[in-house]
Amino acid sequence: MPFTNEQLERYSRHIILKEIGAKGQKKLLAAKVLIIGAGGLGAPAALYLAAAGVGTIGIADADVVDLSNLQRQVIHTTNDIGKKKVESAAETMRAINPDVTVNTYYDFVSSANIMDLIKDYDFILDGTDNFPAKFLINDACVMAKKPLSHAGIIRFKGQLTTILPGEGPCYRCIFKNPPPKDAVPTCKQAGVIGAMGGVIGSLQAMEAVKYITGVGELLSGYLLTYDALKMEFHKIKLPPRGKGCAVCSDTPTITELIDYEQIACDMHL
Amino acid sequence: MKITVAGEKKEVADGLTVAALIELENVETPQYVTVSVNEEFIDSGAFETYVLSEGDEVEFLYFMGGGAQ
Repeated sequence: MPFTNEQLERYSRHIILKEIGAKGQKKLLAAKVLIIGAGGLGAPAALYLAAAGVGTIGIADADVVDLSNLQRQVIHTTNDIGKKKVESAAETMRAINPDVTVNTYYDFVSSANIMDLIKDYDFILDGTDNFPAKFLINDACVMAKKPLSHAGIIRFKGQLTTILPGEGPCYRCIFKNPPPKDAVPTCKQAGVIGAMGGVIGSLQAMEAVKYITGVGELLSGYLLTYDALKMEFHKIKLPPRGKGCAVCSDTPTITELIDYEQIACDMHL
Repeated sequence: MKITVAGEKKEVADGLTVAALIELENVETPQYVTVSVNEEFIDSGAFETYVLSEGDEVEFLYFMGGGAQ
């Protein structure tokens, strides 16, 4: 389908980029991205992906907007307090760009629903805040061969990697199992600087856009860390995929999804 | 000897083990850190016995939750 005049204007700064062009913009409009978690990471990612004209954006979260979210979850406003995060996020995305179809999933991810949730999407973005969900999403994406942007943030630090199942290493290649509950602090316990979600969530959106348009080099095989206090980015090269990995090696020992125990106060996506 | 830790060159004692470096670097939640030496992950059971060599490049990879909520 040809662009409308409005679309030509809306996406002109993309179309003028030789790496994107009209062809790349059409790929974005035809793409489907699922964002799991409409919080610190998912909020900025959703804003940029909607603005970029990603044609279909799914957003999954089982939480409602709380006053304490607004310091960093920039897709929600004071008027949204008490509203489902997925509804609040969908309203903002639709307001930014009516080209975008937003699918909302007001639910926790679990072994029961994750495969069904990810199956229609081209790229998955993990913006969850707890390790059971992060391991579940990684394993499901490896099994379903879905590309995934994984990220985490805490205090003044953040990190992300892009997982291309069958090509590069996965989250479980780095970390074999989730830490015991309360062994590693969460943002709620330790705090996080609001703009950290903006930095790392925007980088996740950047990876999604690059994957969809086929531009540049993805963060597959690397963990990119960011230390805001030192103002340093550091790219850690990871060993190749699958060497002894329980889920992504050629002879996996994990072949079914696992629902790890969640900390009650961290049940949110 | 000289080694590189998280991209930074450091002078450390000869015969330093991964476990001793973890202590030296004040690694947070040391029992859950993943360590790579020259782009190979080291099994956590081998931290005490793995002796670092001149020129080794060591990285610490940390669990990081956070995102939603």
